Amino acid sequence: MSLELINVGYIIAAVLFIFGLKLLGSPATAVRGNTLSAAGMLIAIVVTLFSKDILPVQWILGAVIVGGIIGALTAQRVAMTSMPEMVALFNGSGGIASLLVGWAALYSMEVSTFTAFTIVLSILIGGVTFSGSLIAWGKLSEVMNSRAIVFGAQRIVNALILLGLIVCGVLFCMNPSADSPYLYAIIALSLVFGVMAVIPIGGADMPVVISLLNSYSGLAACAAGFAINNNILIVAGSLVGAAGIILTNIMCKAMNRSLANVLFSGFGAVKTATKVEGEVKPIVAEDAFLILEAASSVTFVPGYGMAVAQAQHVVRELGDLLEANGAEVTYAIHPVAGRMPGHMNVLLAEANVPYDQLVEMDDINPRMSNVDVAVVIGANDVVNPAARNDENSPIYGMPIINVDEARTVFVLKRSMSSGFSGVDNPLFFGENTRMLFGDAKESIASVVAEFKG
Amino acid sequence: MEAIFLAFVLMLSIFLGFELISKVPATLHTPLMSGANAISGITLVGALTSAGSGLEQVAVVLGALAVLFATINVVGGYLVTNRMLSMFKKKDDKAAGGGA
Repeated sequence: MSLELINVGYIIAAVLFIFGLKLLGSPATAVRGNTLSAAGMLIAIVVTLFSKDILPVQWILGAVIVGGIIGALTAQRVAMTSMPEMVALFNGSGGIASLLVGWAALYSMEVSTFTAFTIVLSILIGGVTFSGSLIAWGKLSEVMNSRAIVFGAQRIVNALILLGLIVCGVLFCMNPSADSPYLYAIIALSLVFGVMAVIPIGGADMPVVISLLNSYSGLAACAAGFAINNNILIVAGSLVGAAGIILTNIMCKAMNRSLANVLFSGFGAVKTATKVEGEVKPIVAEDAFLILEAASSVTFVPGYGMAVAQAQHVVRELGDLLEANGAEVTYAIHPVAGRMPGHMNVLLAEANVPYDQLVEMDDINPRMSNVDVAVVIGANDVVNPAARNDENSPIYGMPIINVDEARTVFVLKRSMSSGFSGVDNPLFFGENTRMLFGDAKESIASVVAEFKG
Repeated sequence: MEAIFLAFVLMLSIFLGFELISKVPATLHTPLMSGANAISGITLVGALTSAGSGLEQVAVVLGALAVLFATINVVGGYLVTNRMLSMFKKKDDKAAGGGA
């Protein structure tokens, strides 16, 4: 097949990617969008196989079969709660692929200074994405401690690594070859840099990190596209890069922090929230049932704790019962609830909650005062009124779901301890707050039992 | 000139990407991310041709490894996105939907 025909194939693929992303604009068309995007990918791959300079067929077949099996098995087996870990690993595998493509490009052609520069970029971004994603995976899956790892000379070490990368990059570009010792130095330093970039970021900030690494994996593909002069890599890579940047931005806004603040500072080291004191008012399942039965509008506010307790199915059951009882039921989801953007929505969808009941923070807040009962399940910071009132709070200024404005708030909590960031939550002492202590799943299940009984 | 042309493509697709993706609702952000992940597996196309016409053994091994990792991305990414998206149902078809 001629180069022109192959490029026509790439244009069709690009159109399909774009339409695919466009159809992701609504849950109703999203499945079709994903299929279109996959079709685009298939076309791009097939036309490439017709070009004359491809790898030996047996190598391609072997790699595709092994990779395909790994990918398919992971995709099928992964639990929805572990989606963040899996996305982190996939980001990493995209990163290493770009690193390898950049590296291999050195063997295959005359390398100009510009090409050498783009090869360095694809190795650098790919390497950072790869090792950074592995660390993110480690923190998310709790293979390693999820707390921020900070040490004194961190900034100096990072600056030295960066300086080393620049020096090696320049030296490499002046005399690019596959045997250059600077090449290996760049690969090693990129990998170390990825590790250094992610270890100072704590578990609660992981949604930002995965979004950012997602963006990097796209940018790495872009850089690889420049290295081997391939348009479709640049188009697809930049679409992914843009997606990651937008999500990163949304996450940062939802935490009222700048990206620099998330990346370079441990959480809440300086400020300590004003200690709130008061009396919590516990409630038992029977009384909670009586209040819920009389309610005409109920909003559930889930957090990662719901996923940990695996309570989403029983929550949906309670939601259905409330609906049958004539109440309007919604699920209010904070942008940073869960461990990645949109994580809660997927978990609730898995529990068969219809997507028209999932509402965003900005939609629910204006009508919160009309909500009879807000049920907070495993969420803490995202409903903490200190973010609005207490200037000393580390989360001051972060937009929250204003559950304290609802007529009654139920907070489901294992016991009295503070949330992930160690902030005291005045919500627990609120006039209209009732604490339902115990395992979230069991608590909800006993309310459901009251309904049925 | 080639570099300028590629930079032009880059600039246009970044703008297009921002336009498209800012319209995706928060509900779909996880599938968006895994779908984007699958698209970033486009590196596979680069990996297939990465050994060029040379038959340098090292390049073939590097290329094949790149093919392997990029395939994980493509296959895994699209399948898991599809799995997630098929769980999103409207209220009306809930009865028909059943378990996911």
